[in-house]
Amino acid sequence: MSATGIGAAVRRKEDVRFVTGKGQYTDDVVRPGETRAVFVRSPHARARIKGLDASEAKKMPGVIAVLTGAELASDKIGNLICGWMIHSKDGSPMKMAPHPALAATIVNHVGDAVAVVIAETQAQGRDAAEKVKVDYEVLPAATDPAKAKSGPQIHEIAPKNTIYEWSLGDAKATEAAFASAQHVTKLDIVNNRLAPNAIEPRAALAEYDAGTDHLTLWNTSQNPHVARLVISAFVGIAPEHKLRVIAPDVGGGFGSKIFIYPEEVVCLWAARKVQRPVKWTSDRTEAFVTDAHGRDHITHAELALDLNGKILALRAKTIANLGAYMSTFSSSVPTYLYATLLSGQYDIPQIYCEVDAVYTNTVPVDAYRGAGRPEATFVVERLVEVAAREMGLDPADLRKRNFIKSFPHQTPVIMAYDAGDYNASLKKAMEIADVKSFGKRKRESARNGKLRGIGYSTYIEACGIAPSQAVGSLGAGVGLWESAEVRVNPTGSVEVLTGSHAHGQGHETTFAQLVSERLGIPFDNVSIVHGDTDKVQFGMGTYGSRSGAVGMSAIVKALDKIEAKAKKVAAHMLEAAEGDIEFKDGKFTVAGTDKSAAFGDVALNAYIAHKFSGQELEPGLKETSFYDPTNFTFPAGCHICEVEVDRDTGKAEIVNWTAVDDFGTIINPMIVEGQVHGGIAQGVGQALLEGVVYDKDGQLVSGSFMDYTMPRAHDLPSFKVETTMTRAPSNPLGIKGCGEAGAIAAPAAVINAITDAIGSESVSMPATANTVWSALQKATPRQAA
Amino acid sequence: MPTVSMTVNGKPVSGEVEARTLLVQFLRENLRLTGTHVGCDTSQCGACVVHVDGIAAKSCTTLALQCEGAKITTIEGLAEPGGKLHPMQEAFREHHGLQCGYCTPGMIMAALDIVRRNGNDLDEHTIREQLDGNLCRCTGYHNIVKAIAAGAKAMA
Repeated sequence: MSATGIGAAVRRKEDVRFVTGKGQYTDDVVRPGETRAVFVRSPHARARIKGLDASEAKKMPGVIAVLTGAELASDKIGNLICGWMIHSKDGSPMKMAPHPALAATIVNHVGDAVAVVIAETQAQGRDAAEKVKVDYEVLPAATDPAKAKSGPQIHEIAPKNTIYEWSLGDAKATEAAFASAQHVTKLDIVNNRLAPNAIEPRAALAEYDAGTDHLTLWNTSQNPHVARLVISAFVGIAPEHKLRVIAPDVGGGFGSKIFIYPEEVVCLWAARKVQRPVKWTSDRTEAFVTDAHGRDHITHAELALDLNGKILALRAKTIANLGAYMSTFSSSVPTYLYATLLSGQYDIPQIYCEVDAVYTNTVPVDAYRGAGRPEATFVVERLVEVAAREMGLDPADLRKRNFIKSFPHQTPVIMAYDAGDYNASLKKAMEIADVKSFGKRKRESARNGKLRGIGYSTYIEACGIAPSQAVGSLGAGVGLWESAEVRVNPTGSVEVLTGSHAHGQGHETTFAQLVSERLGIPFDNVSIVHGDTDKVQFGMGTYGSRSGAVGMSAIVKALDKIEAKAKKVAAHMLEAAEGDIEFKDGKFTVAGTDKSAAFGDVALNAYIAHKFSGQELEPGLKETSFYDPTNFTFPAGCHICEVEVDRDTGKAEIVNWTAVDDFGTIINPMIVEGQVHGGIAQGVGQALLEGVVYDKDGQLVSGSFMDYTMPRAHDLPSFKVETTMTRAPSNPLGIKGCGEAGAIAAPAAVINAITDAIGSESVSMPATANTVWSALQKATPRQAA
Repeated sequence: MPTVSMTVNGKPVSGEVEARTLLVQFLRENLRLTGTHVGCDTSQCGACVVHVDGIAAKSCTTLALQCEGAKITTIEGLAEPGGKLHPMQEAFREHHGLQCGYCTPGMIMAALDIVRRNGNDLDEHTIREQLDGNLCRCTGYHNIVKAIAAGAKAMA
């Protein structure tokens, strides 16, 4: 392994601009004549718009225009869409309600935009927005997903506010397995709604060139090409070839910046109308009422086991709250990204899952780090842990008894796991966490008046999304391949144009490590280009832990083509047969001789084209690959959380965290650890601190960082992070992906630990001091063994 | 409109501002120093931290006019003119104390203030407590803590 090759903890190229304040985030971009957009948003969860009077606002200083939903509709701008078709059990398609970028007749959540003020400055825009008079007729809102089906009907297309009633698995066979079970564990679980809260708020800057009838959009997007496709093909703002989308430096996404939102559509539309660039930057309160939220499942789950703790079946019924409108990928999250992981790491013969997706008058819900897999892992790992307690079995032993041990393994829920070793990660995690001495630590804690608990989470996820035909057959509207164009310059440096997008993942470094090692050229001679639809022809973007497994595989395939072409050039240079040329460590050599040419020389010759006939062999050295994965990848591992709970206050402190993950091949261990740390922090946030709260009228109570508790440094411990390794068989590098694992594993580990500490299962997320204290009052904590 | 004058990163500057213009807006929009970021609207996230007369302040909660005559240091003022990074900036890079980079300028400026108040030998507990005013969504803080401890030592 070289100092900058695969497996090396290379320090990041992108850091210099970030630590010196020279990053270029969307709000940093300034265009001549720029105006600011300020949205007028509904203060009601559900209301009819009876009238809108912008006359006073239009007269205010600095106001260029006030544009409304009615004008958007009359300009025939199309609606936003959900791009994944899900069918109900009865075969009917999901009920996708119209979602205009500006509401014209009805608003469906607090924050739903009805108009936009375009002004010279932000302050002037804000002043004017306050003067836009909207006459609302407040309507009764449906806010509780548990009661949505009997609440006021929000959308004409969806009776009982039901989007779909979907299922997966064999209901009859599962029922039979439960009937034969000697033990059944039952849990009612709420997977709490979260706000992603990337620290960089969303932003959009649209510029129209009247001379060329061309629009440019700078946008905080995780997938600029997908944004461009949706905005041109569905919303109809401009044809693709007249729309450039640039996602520059983006300050975190976690899924929330995948989707196509009303704001960028409105900025583009407004820029063409006012003939000046229009910039919108969200403030944090606005983010709480517009960024897609995550999670929000209500589940009843059951696990059937025999006398010896062998799992016979699992079933779950889930209500998934998708909010007021179906966001871009929303339908897939509680179905094909959730139910398909309900086997966990276990050999479960029968699984049946029903999911009812409902509308409520709340912010739309869509993928958020883990997207469906944290929900699945929480169900499975809580069931297994509680089953162990009910049956008097050690939770690690119960898991080991049920681990899948031979591969490939076909689960009853579509996924076929290709490789893994779940015993290895559990064993290593238990050693590092020193589980053997837990009893001693528990007694020590008790002497200090604290209740100590330990919780496991052995998770699995499906990543590297995804084989295009497979997801197409499940309803996806797009393929999920990835692209790479490798350009070798005449002077031997290389630019890789990737369809992946980095918003913290360090691709400029990790992708360069791959290329540098493969071509035998210095790490500093490799540039990674991403995020601009004028530069990268098309890509599907970054989410679902796919950039390593899919994005890098595309680069490998392109590099294969580069090597093949370069060998042809080298053959001419070295006057040998193409078949006799070998490539190793940056040199092309004629086999069995010492005649060689360095990569740089070959590159130059490819462009000078003097040593070969340009009719027999095309000059140049540039190759493209569109890589379609053959399978999902299946990262998996074991996290062990140890907590101390204060009896008097209920406050739970995490005193130890051990993570042992199998991510397959690792390109940069430093970056992988960072991804795990960040994921764990978000998972701990869900378990202990975070939760979006709506009141019964659909008012967002947790609408700022004052009310919504973000994890801080003192809420978290340092983490012990290690790996085991089974290569992913499905891609050339053997990469599984690591971006979401921490967020998927962590919540179950935390809640398993707290419930262990206090001897009660009545702990909901977030497990605030109040929640834990209340449960403690009715509980009998287990004595230390 | 009132005019405000101050020194930013050693250079005297002045500009027209409204009474309600925040220091962060003056820095980003008037002076085009976009390294200082806005991440929230209730003064929790710390992405906007700068130094005002040598002390950390949240520039989102400071009016530009409040800084009349003050000496401001932003993230852009830390590295040497030739480009050599400040030891704290170098420590963040060395220890992977950043991912998306958005919280980083405020985090580094806050880190320098932790050193000012607590010295060069910082333990984990102190750093974690002192970072109460800085949010990061990417790193889980683990490497930020390591970076700050290392940067503090290197500044000694």
